[in-house]
Formats: sequence, structure tokens, C-alpha cells
Amino acid sequence: MIFDPTIITDHLDDIGSGFLVTLGTWSSGVVLGIALGMLIAVAQIFGNTFVRAQLRVFIELIRSTPFLVQLFLLYYGGPSFGLSLDPIPAGILGLGVYGSVYFAEIFRSGFESVARGQLEAADCLGITRLQCIWRIQVPQMLVIILPALINMITVLCKETAVLSIITIPELTMVLTGIGSQTFAFVETLLMLCIGYLMLVELCSRLGMVLERRVGRFMNRQPR
Amino acid sequence: MNSFLIPSGAVSANTRQKQGESMKTSATAPGEQPTILTLNKVGKSFGNLRVLKGIDLQVQRSEVVCLIGPSGSGKSTLLRSMAFLEEYDEGEIHIEGQLLGWQDTDKGRRRAPQAQINQVRRNVGMVFQQFNLWPHMTAIGNVCEALRRVRKLSADEANKRGMAMLEKVGLAHKASAYPAQLSGGQQQRVAIARALAMEPHIMLFDEPTSALDPELVGEVLQVMKTLAKEGMTMVVVTHEMGFAAQVADSVIFLDQGEVVARGTPQQIFHNAEQPRLQQFLQNYLDRNAFWQDAKS
Repeated sequence: MIFDPTIITDHLDDIGSGFLVTLGTWSSGVVLGIALGMLIAVAQIFGNTFVRAQLRVFIELIRSTPFLVQLFLLYYGGPSFGLSLDPIPAGILGLGVYGSVYFAEIFRSGFESVARGQLEAADCLGITRLQCIWRIQVPQMLVIILPALINMITVLCKETAVLSIITIPELTMVLTGIGSQTFAFVETLLMLCIGYLMLVELCSRLGMVLERRVGRFMNRQPR
Repeated sequence: MNSFLIPSGAVSANTRQKQGESMKTSATAPGEQPTILTLNKVGKSFGNLRVLKGIDLQVQRSEVVCLIGPSGSGKSTLLRSMAFLEEYDEGEIHIEGQLLGWQDTDKGRRRAPQAQINQVRRNVGMVFQQFNLWPHMTAIGNVCEALRRVRKLSADEANKRGMAMLEKVGLAHKASAYPAQLSGGQQQRVAIARALAMEPHIMLFDEPTSALDPELVGEVLQVMKTLAKEGMTMVVVTHEMGFAAQVADSVIFLDQGEVVARGTPQQIFHNAEQPRLQQFLQNYLDRNAFWQDAKS
């Protein structure tokens, strides 16, 4: 068996554009997921029993079904519910919704990690619950949830591979396509691994830098 | 058996009262009610456990009231009820004439909207046993937060008032320190400054020195004594009997959710009649018994 690098170099343009599509759908999906997740977590704090029960059902529903099936349902089943989306918006929406429930759970645990007394102190001073979330809970919980957050973001990076099934020309679609044309499966699949590895590595390095930055107030020594 | 704890010379509450008297007349505007806080048959249950059993209490302007009692007596719950951190479920608490926490509707008593609760207790400052500072903000940040977000002061104004408050508790030089960089006593003083910044009419202290190393207790008590001298109305849950004896105008002894005894420090500490109170004070006496041994 011979490794033929020209398979990769010949298709660099396609691979590059696939890489960008993956990067784009991933980052959009992450942003959407974090926004939706925060919304769900905050709604769980403010909502009454009914709202909270609805959100629990939603979270359980998304968590207990495969992303692949959800995406099929959204893209191919969507039109029968009046929801016709182009592949890329459908992919980003699917990724965002799928990620949101996990992000919501991470945020929920983060909110709970801030000592109750701090909220009572804020409450006594007339600081509203919403101000409390943004000014007191979120800055502190970031330190604690950042590893879990980065973890989920890298999971979503790899889940973008599933988007190939709804014809989005991302990295997996491009490289498996090249593989089946040229029968050079080893080269293309190895390249595919390297592509994802690069993205995830980039993400976790950024995460480490961020962890050091947001944790600064925790690490200060008494003078 | 009559005189507990304090050498009789140490009772200086009277001198303070005299100072407070002149403050009182200046602090109380004409037509203003002298009673700032009224508790009327306040009760509270956690499940089947009734931790407060119909407490009556009146606090006058510039008065310092100390709540003492064994753990589980309900004194912290009572104090927290005064800031509506606990929803008391019987009776009424009025702060400067306004009912705290509840409103009457056709269907009976309902929790008042949050804005209304905040309105009623906007003149109440609270200090906690565990300080409850926000660790991601500096000392000045902690003090200014509510000034900025609730009072909507500009950054400059908030900073100016915040620094004045830190100055008051002797920590202006630690303004840019984070809570983790401060000792327990310093943290508690920042917490007091944070509450004072909102210019409360009444300050509630929930065991403010219980989480501190013994040698750090003094600096916090000193700040509280100064406040009392300036005529601040204070309700203090404390185990510091010396503080209660010196600073309080009245001392209330709670046990099992009931007021067992109330009176001046002199009456409570020197002329205790109730067996439960005598027993409670005897424990403190025993704990400090080394003092007598050393002298004899």
C-alpha cells in the first residue's frame, strides 16, 4: 500500500473550501447553541412550574435522540411541517438546537455553583435577579464551567461531520467524495482526521488561554 | 448566680444611650415615627417545625437591639425575616410603617411583587455571617455595585461614595483588593461598607463575627460600635455577650422560637430570672472560666 500525497495536493482547493464550510457551520452552531442554551437556563430560573416542565421535556427529547435522526427530521421532515430550509441554515439550526440542551445543562450547573449567600446579599441591596445573573453569576461561573463548555464545543466540531448527510459540502463530504472518486480512502480519511484534529486543537488551546484569563481573580494571593 | 459574665464596671450602655439621645432628637424629623421596625406575632414554620412562634418586637430609631440565644432558637430566622430573606408565614413586619413582603388580596395573603418588596426594604442593610462578598469584584467594586445598578449613580459619584464608605470602615487603602486578598475581618468590614453605601435607616447583622478568628473579631465590633454611637438603628444577632452588654439598648433572649426574656443588658446579664436564660449564660461563664482561675 502506497501513500500518495498528490491525492491531497491535487484537491487542495476543494479541501480548503470544505474546511471553511466546517468552520463556518461549527462556529455558527456553537454561537446559536450557547445563545439558546443560556435562554433555556435563564428561563428555568424565572419560569413557573409549567415552563420548567416544558423545558425539561425538550431537553430530554433532544438528549435522548441521535443528532443524525434529528437532522434528517429537520431537513427532510421539516417541509411537511411547513419548515423548508436550505441545507446550510438547516445544518446550523440543527447543530444549535442539539448543542443548546447540553449548554443549558452546563449553564444550569454553573448558576447553581455560585453560593446562595451572594445572591441574598444582592437581593438585599435591591439588585434584580437579571442583573444578578449577568453581573454576579455569569462572571463567576465562567471559571467553573469553561472546561465543560470547551468540551461541548469540541464535540459539536466533530458533530458537523453529520451535516454531510444533508448535502452540506463540508470537510467530511468533500474528502469522502474525493475518496470514492479516486479510491484513495486512506489518504482522504487520514486528511479528514487531521482536519478535525486541527480545529479541535485550536479550540482547546483558545480555551486554555481563556481559562487562565477568567480565573485570574481566583488565583490572587493575599498581600 | 445573679451577675453573669461581665464585671459590673463594664456596662457602659448608659453612656452610649446618653450620646444616642442627642442623636435621636436630631435624626428624627418632626412628625416621623420613632418606631422604625415593628414585628407583630411573627411566625415561621419549616414543614412541621415551627421555628418562630409569634414574636412581637418594636425597634425605635437609633436603638441597638441584640438577639441572643442558643443555636436553633430561631434568632437568625427572625433577623432574616426582617429582610424578607425568609418568608415569614404568620403575623406582620412593618418597616417604617410599610408591610414587608406580603400584600392582601381577595384570595388572602400573597407574596408582594419583587419591586414592592425592594421598595419596603430599601432602607434596610444586611450583614451576613459569611460576608457574602462577590469574589470577582474588588472591595470598591463590591461597594459600588448597587450604587451603580440600583441607585443608577454615575461611575464617578458611586466611586466617591464607595471610597467614603471604605474610609469609614478603615479600608480605603484596600479599595482595589479582591476579597481573597483580605482577612476575614477586613472582608466583613467591606461587607458593612457595602450595606452602608445604600444609606440604610436600619442595619441587620446576622452573627457578623461568628466566622472570624478570635483576634479579628475586635476590628469588626469596633466598626459596629462606631455605627451605634452615630445613632444607627441596629438589630444584631450575636454570640458576643461583651458587645451586647456594652452597646445594646435592649437584649432579647430567644429560645425555641419564643422570646424568653427581654430587657436592658443590666436586666438580662445581671438579674436573669428565667432558668433557661440563667443556664444559657452559665455556659458562657464556664467557657471563660480560665479568666477567674488566673485571677485567684
